[in-house]
Amino acid sequence: MKSKAAVVARLGRAATYALAALFALWVITPIYLIGVAAFSERAAVYQFPKPLIPAPFSVETMLFFLRSHGVLQATQASVTVALLTLALTMIIGAPAGYALARYAFRGRDSFRILIVSTRGFPIVILSIPLAVSFMRWGLYDSPYSLALMHTALALPFTILVTSSVFASVPRDLEEAAMTLGCNPVQAFLRVALPLALPGLAAATLFTFVLSWNEVFAAVILTVRNRTLPALVLTVLNESPLPYRFAGGFFMLLPSLVFMLFIRRYLLNLWGRVVK
Amino acid sequence: MAQITLENVRKVFGKVVANRDITLTIHDREFMVLLGPSGCGKTTLLRGIAGLERIDGGRILIGGQDVSDLPPRKRHIAMVFQSYAVFPHLTVYDNVAFGLRMQRVPAAEERARVQAAAELLHIADLLQRYPAQISGGQRQRVAVARAIAVQAQVLLMDEPLSNLDALLRLEMRAELKRLLKELKATVVYVTHDQVEALSLGDRIAVMRDGAIVQCDSPLTVYDQPATPFVGRFIGNPPMNLLLADVRPAPGGAEAVVGGVAFPAPGTAQGGKLLLGIRAENIQVHATPVAGALPGKVLVVEPLGSHNLLTVQVDEARVKAHTHADAAFEPGQPVWLAFPADKIRWLEPEE
Repeated sequence: MKSKAAVVARLGRAATYALAALFALWVITPIYLIGVAAFSERAAVYQFPKPLIPAPFSVETMLFFLRSHGVLQATQASVTVALLTLALTMIIGAPAGYALARYAFRGRDSFRILIVSTRGFPIVILSIPLAVSFMRWGLYDSPYSLALMHTALALPFTILVTSSVFASVPRDLEEAAMTLGCNPVQAFLRVALPLALPGLAAATLFTFVLSWNEVFAAVILTVRNRTLPALVLTVLNESPLPYRFAGGFFMLLPSLVFMLFIRRYLLNLWGRVVK
Repeated sequence: MAQITLENVRKVFGKVVANRDITLTIHDREFMVLLGPSGCGKTTLLRGIAGLERIDGGRILIGGQDVSDLPPRKRHIAMVFQSYAVFPHLTVYDNVAFGLRMQRVPAAEERARVQAAAELLHIADLLQRYPAQISGGQRQRVAVARAIAVQAQVLLMDEPLSNLDALLRLEMRAELKRLLKELKATVVYVTHDQVEALSLGDRIAVMRDGAIVQCDSPLTVYDQPATPFVGRFIGNPPMNLLLADVRPAPGGAEAVVGGVAFPAPGTAQGGKLLLGIRAENIQVHATPVAGALPGKVLVVEPLGSHNLLTVQVDEARVKAHTHADAAFEPGQPVWLAFPADKIRWLEPEE
C-alpha cells in the first residue's frame, strides 16, 4: 500500500513537471525563434528549416531595425509613456488599494465592483471619444495623454492587487508602530510599505508591460509621436522579415529584463515575511 | 506617576456594546489584570487605553492627563500584542530599537538600552537575526524587549503568553513576573487564563459582557467571588454552587440545602440563595456527621497531590478534594461537611 502511494505521488509530481515544461515550451519556443532570427544575418531569416542557434551570430539585423526611421524616437515615447503610466497608477492606485484594505467605509464593496467593471469597457469604446476630447483640449498626439489612457487601463488591476497586498500586511504591525511613536503616515512608510513592496513591485511590473505592449489606444491617440508598438504595427505590412523579427525581439526585451529583475526581488523579500 | 483612571468608558461596535461605562482606577506601578472569557470586552478596553480604538463615551486619564483624544504615540505607553507584531523586515536589533529611534534617542544610548533590554530577555545573541529565523518563544521575547526598551510608564499586554506552548508559557510567566516587578511600570495585562491572572496580578478585574463584575486582589477574587459567574470562572475546579431555600426560623432565617439547614446570612428572610464552597474546603466523611450533606461518590480522579471527587448531592454535582491516601470508591455514600467560615452566600443570577 505504502509503495503504491509513493508511486502515485511520484507520478503526480512527474505530471506536474511535465505540464510545467509544456507551458514553458509553449511560451519560450516563439520567443527563442524570434531571438535566433533577430541575431542571425539578414539572409538567414529566410532559411528553412530554422537553425537552432544563430550562426553566424550577427547584430546586423538588430542594427538595421534600430536605425530604421522613427524607431529610436518611438522607443523614447514608449519609455516615457510607460514610466508616466507607472507613476500615475502607483500614485492613484496604491492609496486606493490601501483604503480598500484597511478601512471599512460605506459602499466599499460596490466601489470594488465598480473598479473591476471599468475593465468591461472595450478599449475601442474608450479610445475614440477620448481622442475627440483630447483633440478639443489640445492634448492629442502626446505621450502624456496616452499615459492617462494607459493609467485608466491599468488602474483596476493595480487597485485590486495593491489592496490584497496591503491586506496581507497584518494591521497589528502598523498598530505596534503607532504605539512605538509613529503617526499613521510614519507607520505606513516604515512598516506597511516595506512589507508591501514585493507585491507593489509585481503590480508595477504589470503596469509597465501593459503600457509597453498596448497598441490599440496608442494607434488611435497618437499620429507623429507613435509609441513603438504603434509604429511597428503601422509599418508592419510594408517592412521586410528581418525588421519584423528584430522589432519583435526588441519589444520583448524590456518585459524579459524587468521580469528577471523583479522576480529575484520578489523571492528575496517574500522569503522573510512571517505570518 | 502613571495612574490610569477610566471614567465611564464606553465603546460600541454597531449594535454590540463592548464596554459599558467602565470606571476603574489603576494605581501607579500596579499590575492590573483584565480577566474574562473571550468577547467580554477586555481587549477592547486595553486598546482604548492604548489609543488604538477611539472610545465612544467617558474619559481616560493617564498620569492625571486626559488622553481620550490623543493618538497612541502621545500617551507614553508601550504595548505587547497577542500576535507579537514583531516587524518581519527588521532585524531583532532594529525591532527593539524601533521605539528609541522614533524618540530620537542618541545612538550610544540607543545601543546601551537595546543591549540592556535584550539581556533582560535573554535574546542578546539573536540581535542580528530576522524574526523569521527565530522561534515563536524568542519572537515573544523580542516583542517584550521592544516594549520595555522605550521605558514607558505604562505597559499594556494583550494575552502575551497565549500563543506559547504550555511549558514555555509557565516559564515565561514566572520570568515576566520577575521582570515587571523590576520595571516599576504600571501594567495592564489582558488574559482569559485565570491561572495567569491569579499568579501575576496585584489586582484582577473580572469582566463579563462589557462590564467589570469584580475588581480585587487575586486572593479575594478567588476566595470571595462577588457573583456566581466569578466563582465559576476562577479556580479549577470551579466553585461549587448549591441552590438553597431561605425560610424564617427561630433566631433568624435559615437556608436549606439537601435537607441540611445553614444559618442564612444578613437580612434574607425568603427566596433563593446560592451556597458557594471551594473543593479544597469541603471535608469528606465516610460516616454520617451532624450538619453534613449526604451524597454519593460518582467519580474518583487521583491527581497525585490529592484526589478529586465528584459527588452527587440531590440534583447537584459537587467537586471535592480529598487527601491522596483517602480511599473512596465510586458508588460509596459520603457526608460532606462545610466549615462555616468557608461558606460564601451569593445571589443567584437570573
